[in-house]
Amino acid sequence: MNREEAIKVEDLTVAYGEKPVLWDVDLTVPSGVLMAIIGPNGAGKTTLIKAVLNLVNTAAGRVLIYGEPYSKQRRIVGYVPQRGSVDWDFPTSVKDVVMMGRYGALGWIRRPGKKEADMALAALEKVGMSRFAERQISQLSGGQQQRVFLARALVQDAQVYLMDEPFQGVDATTERAIVTLLQELRAAGKTVVVVHHDLQTVPEYFDWTALLNVRLIASGPVSEVFTEENLRLTYGGRVSFLRHGERNGAPEDEKRTGERGF
Amino acid sequence: MKRGPEKGASDVDFPQIFSDLFLDYTLRTVALGSAVIGIVSGALGSYAVLRKQSLLGDAMSHAALPGIALAFLLTGSKMPLVLIIGAALAGWIATLLIISIVNSTRVKYDTALGMVLSVFFGFGLVLLTIIQKRPDATQAGLDKFLFGQAAALLERDVVTMGILGASAILITMLLWKEFKLLSFDPDFASTLGFPVRVLDVLLTTLIVIAIVLGLQTVGVVLMSAMIVAPAASARQWTDNLGVMIVLSSLFGALAGISGAVLSASVTRLPTGPTIVVCVSAIVIFSMLLAPRRGILWRFFRERRQRGRLRLEGILEDLYSLALEHKDPEHAHSLSVLRLMSAGKGGVERSLEILSERGLVRAVSPGEWALTRAGIEEAERAQGERGGGQDER
Amino acid sequence: MRRRRGLRERGAGDRMSAEQIEIQIIASLVAVTCAIPGVFLVLRRMAMMSDAISHAILLGIVLAFFAVGDISSPLLIIGAALSGVLTVSLVELLNRTKLVKEDASIGLVFPLLFSIGVILISKYAYNIHLDVHAVLLGEIAFAPFDRLVISGFDLGPKSMYVMGGILILNLVFILLFYKELKVATFDAGLAAALGFTPGLLHYGLMGIVSVTAVGAFDAVGSILVVALMIAPPAAAYLLTDRLPRMIILSALIGILSAICGFWAAILLDANIAGSMASVSGLIFLVVFLLAPERGLAAIARRKTRQKREFAGRMLAIHLLNHEGTPEEARESEVGHIEETLRWKEGFAKSVVGYSVKRGDVLVENGRLRLTEKGREFAGRSVVEEFIA
Repeated sequence: MNREEAIKVEDLTVAYGEKPVLWDVDLTVPSGVLMAIIGPNGAGKTTLIKAVLNLVNTAAGRVLIYGEPYSKQRRIVGYVPQRGSVDWDFPTSVKDVVMMGRYGALGWIRRPGKKEADMALAALEKVGMSRFAERQISQLSGGQQQRVFLARALVQDAQVYLMDEPFQGVDATTERAIVTLLQELRAAGKTVVVVHHDLQTVPEYFDWTALLNVRLIASGPVSEVFTEENLRLTYGGRVSFLRHGERNGAPEDEKRTGERGF
Repeated sequence: MKRGPEKGASDVDFPQIFSDLFLDYTLRTVALGSAVIGIVSGALGSYAVLRKQSLLGDAMSHAALPGIALAFLLTGSKMPLVLIIGAALAGWIATLLIISIVNSTRVKYDTALGMVLSVFFGFGLVLLTIIQKRPDATQAGLDKFLFGQAAALLERDVVTMGILGASAILITMLLWKEFKLLSFDPDFASTLGFPVRVLDVLLTTLIVIAIVLGLQTVGVVLMSAMIVAPAASARQWTDNLGVMIVLSSLFGALAGISGAVLSASVTRLPTGPTIVVCVSAIVIFSMLLAPRRGILWRFFRERRQRGRLRLEGILEDLYSLALEHKDPEHAHSLSVLRLMSAGKGGVERSLEILSERGLVRAVSPGEWALTRAGIEEAERAQGERGGGQDER
Repeated sequence: MRRRRGLRERGAGDRMSAEQIEIQIIASLVAVTCAIPGVFLVLRRMAMMSDAISHAILLGIVLAFFAVGDISSPLLIIGAALSGVLTVSLVELLNRTKLVKEDASIGLVFPLLFSIGVILISKYAYNIHLDVHAVLLGEIAFAPFDRLVISGFDLGPKSMYVMGGILILNLVFILLFYKELKVATFDAGLAAALGFTPGLLHYGLMGIVSVTAVGAFDAVGSILVVALMIAPPAAAYLLTDRLPRMIILSALIGILSAICGFWAAILLDANIAGSMASVSGLIFLVVFLLAPERGLAAIARRKTRQKREFAGRMLAIHLLNHEGTPEEARESEVGHIEETLRWKEGFAKSVVGYSVKRGDVLVENGRLRLTEKGREFAGRSVVEEFIA
């Protein structure tokens, strides 16, 4: 696995007040993978992403993106926050929100112009939302809101994308559309890291995964680390709803699936 | 409370007001000053309301009182600029205190807000009573800051207010996209490399300036309304931040001018409260009548929708009956239709409306049938229901 | 305000005059009366409602005055209390339209009601003793002059009886509905499931707040009502976890604010209500800084201690994580620790020293090695975090 390292997390520890959320996490994300971060609630998945983005204070450790700290690399990082983190009644249009992805590149004071608007429309086209460009954001369904956030990350034109639960509360159509988009990004050589909840779809959607529960339990190719044992370590033996083998994964996976008789 | 053009009658004499507005020095100054306040607090209040800091305006205007008193005690000056700086500093300390109390203890935001508001104001009162014992102080000071005294505005004050207000608005225009992003999604702003804390401090400072500018005219107690009300009204009319801010400023100016003029032309009508009543009238008007969001608008839309659904339902009932009989124009009795609409009532009335539109016809009394146009309409309605799900 | 100067001449210096004692009794009554509903406002995150209600009651007083034509009629209290409840309902009505956010609804409702009140007074009642300043700022120095006289007997200041009555009302309300209030405050969902009606309780509480505000405004003004309702309970909240203790502490802090505030005002010859509000704020500030466990100083002390303990655990876990891996040699180098864990050099040294002293870690040839005890400690730490 001698690929370039897109994200390298070293000895990362984060604590909110007295409660540690991440303990001494070491994680390497190779360039060009589509990775799921999975783990139970309160495992620190969102915190990990926020730590990479320098949004939370770390107690120890550091994060490098292509060998440099985030502050030097923000132009090549795109971010999709949780949908619920903003007020969707804010008076602004879909196109406006998408253009916000260009604000960093524009720098201080300069306003977005025709170029930015065109980029926004192109990104909306990609997520199937171009009809909604002028619509007010409060009139969108949950899935549509999620697509708008994706479009905003797309116009950032990044190398590395960090997404916090992009499948949360979206309809099946949107979920398929998002997956297709993520796989396109990977095909274009981008690195995509996604906080994910639905264990069933991990082998189908992703090729790389990290299992997290305050500590890093395992990370690597899905076919190697998405094992029952690792999941039990992560979720504490509460995993009984797995459905492996939907994707032509590693042979031992299929064998084990057969044994369990799912 | 004395006002400039004292008039005996309480009747409002409109032509007189308009000529006064241009000719009378006091009224012109007061109206101009109130307009400036309305514009500035309308513009910056929009950010306060969108950032869910509506009540911070209330807290900061109360907290400004000790700042004003201390500025006067320390400098002995009554220059508006000196008092404004004092007020802004006190407002800032109050905000910092609120933030540090909320961040480091389990005391909640509303408690911290209410406490800082009342304690600062109480301390301001203590300082004011001390000031009043000084030989160079006048009794009028307290009045002025509690309820505002527009008539005491001088042209000089209005110029100061205008310059400060214009600078504040200019900064929001320069940092337009930064403030917009900060208000909508601060985390995202931070990942893009904008110094969120600095922007936050700057925007809050501008809001403090807007509040302090209005204190002399509207007063401590009521200034919070000038921050919240124009913005809350403007929000009802538009979904665009820029339009909202412009509208909010216009509403603020409108309330300021009409309040100032009314209080000048009617005896014993204090300026601050009159402005607040005017701005509240705009709020009520907007909430009731604004297209799309307004209460009346929503009420009528829902009624229209219910009516349309009922008509469509009857068309469909007739259509499905007709399908069963293999004769699209077969007539059916009213009682069957009543049964099918599950006792919702109004079937006859709906049938009459439909027949006026030429979609159904009465074959004989109590017997109704679809017309050719009605069949087409029913088919179209069904097709529509099957298709467009994604649209809302 | 001019009359207060007289008060000082009569009072301070020699010994407390009867008036001064009466003022302190009234102020203490107000403080206790405010503290009771205040505790629930603070716990239920509705502190700003006291601000809204205490302003809006002006309108109720004015309207009731127009109706009965007597400024000292007890009906005024009822009118004011009703306007307090009206404020609450209007705020909730606005919230339900979803046209504005909750904080904005409060900010829209009470300035309007207050403004109408001020306009009505200055327009139609300007020659009557219904002073807007008195409503806002109060003038407790005048309270002893308004006396209750029954068939020639002077029974003391009227406001003492008014506040006493309201205090009893508050106590009865709290004692009757203590259990319900407690459940509704800490778990509204459970309260509804148990069959209490949180809505009714809510309006009851708001009614109590209104009546208290009305009774107190005459004596101390609405701003002090807000201060006494919020600051003492907020301070008590940092001192105790138990509801009954919090109520009693709030009452005591309120009394302390009232009495200290009174003497400070006499000393400075300043507004009494403002001075009491300032003292209540000062008391909160002291508690905020010095409270055991929850004060800033205690938090800072605990943080320093915990930071080292936390770091010791981190060091142990770090060593455990890399034990037996190819990079172990490098990761356990003494000089390398501060680099990998991003610690300052001095801090890293003190953590290593701390861990060595605890017997978790040994230093061998410039490398750190976990002892058996340390390995167990690290393993346990990890497990603890799992469970937490």
